[in-house]
Amino acid sequence: MASRIDVSIENRRDDRPGEAAHGPNTCPRCRSHYRDDELDANLRVCAQCGYHFPVRARGRIAQLADGGTFFEQDADLRSADPLGFFDLKAYTDRLAEAEMATGLGDAIVAGAAAIERRPCELAVMEFAFMGGSMGSTVGEKFARACERAADRGAPLVCVTASGGARMQEGILSLMQLPKTVSAVDALREARTPLITVMAHPTTAGVLASFASLADVIVAEPGALLAFTGPRVVQQTTREKLPDDFGLAESNSRFGHVDAIVRRSDLRPYLGRLLALFA
Amino acid sequence: MAADPESKPGQIEQLRLRERLTKLRDLPLLRGVGVSGELGRLERQIERIAAEPSADEVWHSVELARHQDRPYTLDYVERIFDDFVELHGDRALADDPAIVAGLARFRGRTVALVGHQKGRDIRERTYRNFGMPYPEGYRKAIRIMELANLHRFPIFTLVDTPGAYPGVTAEQHGQGGWIARCQLEMIGLEVPIVSCVIGEGGSGGAVAIAVADRVLMQENAIYSVISPEGCAAILWRDASEAKKAAAAFKPDARHCLDLGVIDGIVPEPPGGAHMDHDAASALLAELLETALGEIDGNEPKARRLARRDRFRGMGVFVTP
Repeated sequence: MASRIDVSIENRRDDRPGEAAHGPNTCPRCRSHYRDDELDANLRVCAQCGYHFPVRARGRIAQLADGGTFFEQDADLRSADPLGFFDLKAYTDRLAEAEMATGLGDAIVAGAAAIERRPCELAVMEFAFMGGSMGSTVGEKFARACERAADRGAPLVCVTASGGARMQEGILSLMQLPKTVSAVDALREARTPLITVMAHPTTAGVLASFASLADVIVAEPGALLAFTGPRVVQQTTREKLPDDFGLAESNSRFGHVDAIVRRSDLRPYLGRLLALFA
Repeated sequence: MAADPESKPGQIEQLRLRERLTKLRDLPLLRGVGVSGELGRLERQIERIAAEPSADEVWHSVELARHQDRPYTLDYVERIFDDFVELHGDRALADDPAIVAGLARFRGRTVALVGHQKGRDIRERTYRNFGMPYPEGYRKAIRIMELANLHRFPIFTLVDTPGAYPGVTAEQHGQGGWIARCQLEMIGLEVPIVSCVIGEGGSGGAVAIAVADRVLMQENAIYSVISPEGCAAILWRDASEAKKAAAAFKPDARHCLDLGVIDGIVPEPPGGAHMDHDAASALLAELLETALGEIDGNEPKARRLARRDRFRGMGVFVTP
């Protein structure tokens, strides 16, 4: 997917050392290799060492929502190009390519669902769509998910995977931070629970806005959850980075997440939480 | 602003800005600051602001926003306020010198001030961490804003940071989470808040303290999602393409006004704020007072909800 000139945040996957050097179905940790159907059957977790491969948004919804309960909303929202942004390629071209590659209108899919028979709103970010970056459309779809959740009195479960704000929409992308925070504020006012599942990677603008404001924050094992990724920290500060810099395990040790939950346990875990909030 | 192609918030704001300038001219507000004879020039500046800035002009703003002699928060504090008591510490871990906060006397009333602070010489720059806060700084900001809310003091925030500090300890202390909570705090306050970007409005570290009822930008300030160098390094794979990047993502005040992100532009003295700190302070003080006056009388809960709605409405998207 990442062509030579497509150098934006998609390529931040190599934040985890060694991964870029292997094929998509080879475990970067123990080098076990899987067929697609094998990986899917195991929720895209390495059967040998427990490494969590990335999951696409549709796949995640299939893993979490009870069969046939997901009802997508706002699928027709698309990003505009308010700045007429052009780097090595036009933003509109990047959007079109990302849509072709992922089959999604933007980097988040949202709608009504049930998890373990508990009704909820479910919003899942798609890292394969321009690095899961948050522009106006992602912010809008998240905010609308908050509003639907508050209207229905159903908790919002959001699975995050994002490199941060989308550069191509400039300052409007930065404004999605306070926009999504505003939506969370209204959600809290309606006493509607917000649960975020932070998947790899949840960084920068998404971590610095709605993702961190959840009532319960769940992290996937090994996920990078950092405001600034390790490469930039290294380059800027020349500090020696700890081996687990920014990873879910480090965040857990420093008290920033409620739990690290293995993917095989995620659905029942969310089910229990939703029951407790009901 | 999202869908309606007819609405042109920039033009409306431009009118409002002109109105304010007219008001400025009618008031004896520039007395004693040495620019009262410069109104003609000021007007020409506004004409220039109104025109779409070229790539060179955008880059000029980037350079002026980072100018080493540009006034920083404390330079304005000593000129704008009659008294200022700085308050220190986040009551948890540390005092972050990259953010200054305290109570001040402004035109006969008490206000709270929170602002990023850069350093002028190398010692102070290091001490201030180049204006890049740790989570401790945002916790201090939250503490002072809560204090202001409790005692019903309006809040001014001055934004001037390259970004929140990208370091190991900052991450361990929860940089992302505290930037998020600082925004949530501001959304929830019932006192009036006016923010002004006075130099670099660098990404999350800037917006963390800029969730205000009225957001202003100085004429040569920049407000952006990423630094021009960072954007160039990622999209052009070459940090030296920063000028191209800046022209592409348009961090200057004029574009921010057009996009509805800010409410007004604060004029600077001829040549830029660094040329005359006193004149820059007088202009900033005047527009802070004007902006505060616009929201001061509103009912607190309605003001809070209007602030939330303002940010909820940010962005441009399409529904085919």
